Amino acid sequence: MNEFVKPTIEYAELWPILVVFGVACLGVVLEAFLPRGRRYLAQSTLAVVGLAVALGGTIYVALDLHKLGGGVARGLIAAEGTIVVDGPTVYLWGLILVFAIGGVLLFAERRLEGGLSAFAGQAAALPGTEAERQASTQGLDHTEVYPLLMFAVGGMMLFPAANDLLTMFVALEVLSLPLYLLSGLARRRRLLSQEAALKYFLLGAFSSGFFLYGVALVYGFAGSMQFSDINEAVRNDAANQSLLLIGMGMLAVGLLFKVGAAPFQAWTPDVYQGAPTAVTAFMAACTKIAAFGALLRLFYVAFGSDRWSWQPMLWVIAILTMLLGAVLAVVQTDVKRMLAYSSVAHTGFLLTGVLGVQSAAQLTNGQITSMQSVLFYLTTYGFAMVGGFAVVTLVRDSGGEATSFARWAGLGKRSPLVAGVFAFFLLSMAGIPLTAGFVGKWAVFTVALAAGAWPVVIVAIVSSIIAVYFYVRLILLMFFTDGEGEVASVTTPSLLTSATIAVGVVATLVLGVVPGPVLDLAGRAGEFIR
Amino acid sequence: MYSQITAWHDAAVNIPVVDPSPTSGVLSLAWLVIALPLAGAVILLLGGRYADKWGHLLGTALPIGSFVVSLLMFVSLLGRDANDRQVTQHLWQWFDVGRLHVGFDLLYDPLSALFLLLITGVGSLIHVYSIGYMEHDPRRRRFFGYLNLFVAAMLLLVLSENYLGLFLGWEGVGLASYLLIGFWQHKPSAAAAAKKAFVINRVGDIGMSLAIALMFVTFGTTSFTGVSHLAAGASDNTLNALGLLLLLAACGKSAQVPLQSWLLDAMEGPTPVSALIHAATMVTAGVYLIVRSNFIFELAPKAQTVVVIVAVVTLLWGAIIGCAKDDIKKALAGSTMSQIGYMMLGAGLGVGGYAFAIFHLLTHGFFKANMFLGAGSVMHGMNDEVDMRRYGAVRHAMPITFLTFAMGYLAIIGFPGFSGFWSKDKIIEVALADNWVVGLFALLGAGITGFYMTRLMLMTFFTEKRWKEDVHPHESPAVMTVPLIVLAALSVLGGVMLAGNWIQDFLAPVTGVAPHENPPLPAIVVTLLAVLVVAVGVATAWFLVGKREVSVTAPQDVSFATTAARNDLYGDAINDALVVRPGKSLIRTLLSIDRYGVDGVTTGGPIALGALAGQLRRVQNGFVRSYALSLLGGVLLVVLALLVVNVG
Repeated sequence: MNEFVKPTIEYAELWPILVVFGVACLGVVLEAFLPRGRRYLAQSTLAVVGLAVALGGTIYVALDLHKLGGGVARGLIAAEGTIVVDGPTVYLWGLILVFAIGGVLLFAERRLEGGLSAFAGQAAALPGTEAERQASTQGLDHTEVYPLLMFAVGGMMLFPAANDLLTMFVALEVLSLPLYLLSGLARRRRLLSQEAALKYFLLGAFSSGFFLYGVALVYGFAGSMQFSDINEAVRNDAANQSLLLIGMGMLAVGLLFKVGAAPFQAWTPDVYQGAPTAVTAFMAACTKIAAFGALLRLFYVAFGSDRWSWQPMLWVIAILTMLLGAVLAVVQTDVKRMLAYSSVAHTGFLLTGVLGVQSAAQLTNGQITSMQSVLFYLTTYGFAMVGGFAVVTLVRDSGGEATSFARWAGLGKRSPLVAGVFAFFLLSMAGIPLTAGFVGKWAVFTVALAAGAWPVVIVAIVSSIIAVYFYVRLILLMFFTDGEGEVASVTTPSLLTSATIAVGVVATLVLGVVPGPVLDLAGRAGEFIR
Repeated sequence: MYSQITAWHDAAVNIPVVDPSPTSGVLSLAWLVIALPLAGAVILLLGGRYADKWGHLLGTALPIGSFVVSLLMFVSLLGRDANDRQVTQHLWQWFDVGRLHVGFDLLYDPLSALFLLLITGVGSLIHVYSIGYMEHDPRRRRFFGYLNLFVAAMLLLVLSENYLGLFLGWEGVGLASYLLIGFWQHKPSAAAAAKKAFVINRVGDIGMSLAIALMFVTFGTTSFTGVSHLAAGASDNTLNALGLLLLLAACGKSAQVPLQSWLLDAMEGPTPVSALIHAATMVTAGVYLIVRSNFIFELAPKAQTVVVIVAVVTLLWGAIIGCAKDDIKKALAGSTMSQIGYMMLGAGLGVGGYAFAIFHLLTHGFFKANMFLGAGSVMHGMNDEVDMRRYGAVRHAMPITFLTFAMGYLAIIGFPGFSGFWSKDKIIEVALADNWVVGLFALLGAGITGFYMTRLMLMTFFTEKRWKEDVHPHESPAVMTVPLIVLAALSVLGGVMLAGNWIQDFLAPVTGVAPHENPPLPAIVVTLLAVLVVAVGVATAWFLVGKREVSVTAPQDVSFATTAARNDLYGDAINDALVVRPGKSLIRTLLSIDRYGVDGVTTGGPIALGALAGQLRRVQNGFVRSYALSLLGGVLLVVLALLVVNVG
């Protein structure tokens, strides 16, 4: 007879994630009980404090990690084998939390819309109706965005830490559902926003279906959900090879959809453009970080011993993603869409890094592992993306944010500081030396080269050159042309947005000039434990 | 560090190595010699208009200060034992890159001592003279700043203990000469001449930088001490290559064939600049380089032979050009080229010739500075006229200039007893002993020298006057004539250095001691022969120029030889045909590749890219159903990619 055994939960290592979920639940309670007027301050403070505490906890856990196990893979498998807390996990947690704090600060910005946030007053009101006008004249504000964000952050933290397929799927859904909602909450251009949310939801659900199907197939092959068991089965069992391969492909689809790799990138420009820019900033940085963490774990741990079966597929995907992202970005005339395609191209570069050598044992001295390069790239990418989208929230005209290129013409002459900062972020995304992006690109390209993926690296370099073209084109537009007709101007934000942008600039510069410490930190994250 | 190789090396060949001891006492002031004029350049050039009033005085005082320090150091050096006359001063570590460690070190030895005296001594006199010469020029302060820079760079060149420091000075000299030749930049001819000098010097600089790189690759060091110790261990080919590269460098700075063409154009600069370039600095740098690198050339006989050939060609080339020029400065420039050829010849002849090369360099420094400044004085009195056909009988109007110039004239043609007589005679003697063909050419050159210098002398100071109407020649002020008098005295007395073989013995720690050989002809016979040849040259000039009437305009119905000489023996035409025209067509080709190839890709690329993107973006049509379809396609792609690789 099966007796019930009380599960052991390693609270000492898991509490940062629990804090986030706890704060999210608390936020829901506050939303229910606090009077409307007080909610904004309480919710935003609670979110920032909760994230900061979780970040502190992550650092604390990271510092204690070496006590848990030796070697390059340190950490432990917690919560009855469902969650892994190891070096890469805590590094990713740290990144997600840092950019989530940036996201919350952007959420909380109220100066740009004249005392209101960028979120709809009453999301349920149909656009263009009396109800919507009322909501807007009463100065209503959706403060549910903070608990939603916290749930998403919790899901994101769980995603790369999941040690079995089912937990990974649950994390995927937990992080996705709030994002679908958040995407539809824009105050301005609500139809576009709602359309984006619906598209995101439909396509997300579609891809989740594939992921779940993959879970079933791989379970059929391995007889277990646990990554270590799957790895064991891959190693031993040659039968049912096609079951494994199809399952692996389905799982890959679910994850590649989340990171926005081609040909699963179709949602990215529409959603990035339609969602409130603060949400886009948060989503572009954190979702990609979490999803890449999950991707790495799934392929390195569960399918790590079967590298040669999945690497060609990732080669193709990486090449497609980089080229498609870079080429399509060339013809964009909307800043947010251009950044979305640029983010697609970055996904390709990150996939290039994934193709590198996995284990430090296979490296000569001075080389870096795939893990290290991808983690570092995610860091540089996150700062540039959050900073870049934060700048986009500032450039406005009478209709709110002005994202059309035509409105940005001559911005460098009207607001040299903001345009200069944005140009700096663009240069980092383009990978110009002395910015963080250059070091990140250098890192992923070298690991891919070291693993012999030179065709991918050549495509990556060609894509980088194409990418320089569209980044620099926007810089030219800002600094060397005069705007015609109605042009956008910069609205001075509160300290919240300014601080986010300033941190992004400083981090991008510092990581570009002295990348050593952070590169070392990413290297010390070590490897996944199996 | 070098002990093992030294032991082996000393047994094999007797070439002195550079083995200095640290400086002490007065010799520790070596850095000051460079620092003073450098400070002058900085103050004058950065001081702006505030320094206009006193700039020229400061600019003159500082080189004089350098001269005083050089003199003190020289006296101190003489007080030392002959074996202890090489000292080095480590100023700071210049840079360390990988295996390359370069210190900012100075080397003071008999060779640099003599150069220091020449550069600062003659240089100072030229500065004094320039106060008068440039009096009415609004940019006089800047002129003095450049002069100081020139002197400082040249001093660094001769004081550095390694080739890299030498190269720094070398480039500094190139820069300063560019600035000074083009000083009257409003004249297009001056700007073009400066550019030409700079570009042709760059060709020589390529040789220098390649030589330094080769040295580093071969020896792992560029210091004179290190290279001189290790040279014997290098292969013959390497040493010959080094020698030829250094020769190329020397040809650039010293205006030797085939890099000679800039020197005549360089006359576009103010006359004191010509004096400075020709007498005290710049053109002597190449001779210095070869004598200084004796530890390489002694082991590279092939390179040495090429040096001799280049020298002989140049000494005749310059002399022939000098015969046909009517511009007094260009005639003098031709003579400089020829005289430097003599020095190079001496340097190319090896141990026996080094000391005489330097000896001739010093005496030439005296008499050529004297004559250039004299020519400047004549021009000063004749409204800047340079055409000798417009001179004539100037001696009455400018007695001091005439007398001092005459001393220089007698020295350069080698009139017995004058400084040039001793120094040139010695080189001819050594050349004859080495190879009689070379010796005969050197003798011939001496005869031509006699001809063209007499021609110059006659056309300028004798014959009847052919001045333009508004010209009223007058003697120059004392600030200009006093340097002339000093230089004239040196031109006469410079030969004193040979007394008791002093200069050979003094330079022996650097150049080595020549083994005693029995010359094919007794020295006195050579001397008589040389005097005779010169006398023939002088007499020819007397009959062709002095006895005839000099026409005011140059006759056009002249022999081919004269036309060729007037055109610098077609040096520019040769450069044009061999370098400039092929270079231009190469550039044109590159340009069209750039325009149609590179630009085509960079401008055509985005257009093609835009078209491609325009097609691709149709997929992004905004319909979820299409997106879902592409997602499904992606699923097929992924699964097929997996299956094809693994099952297929």
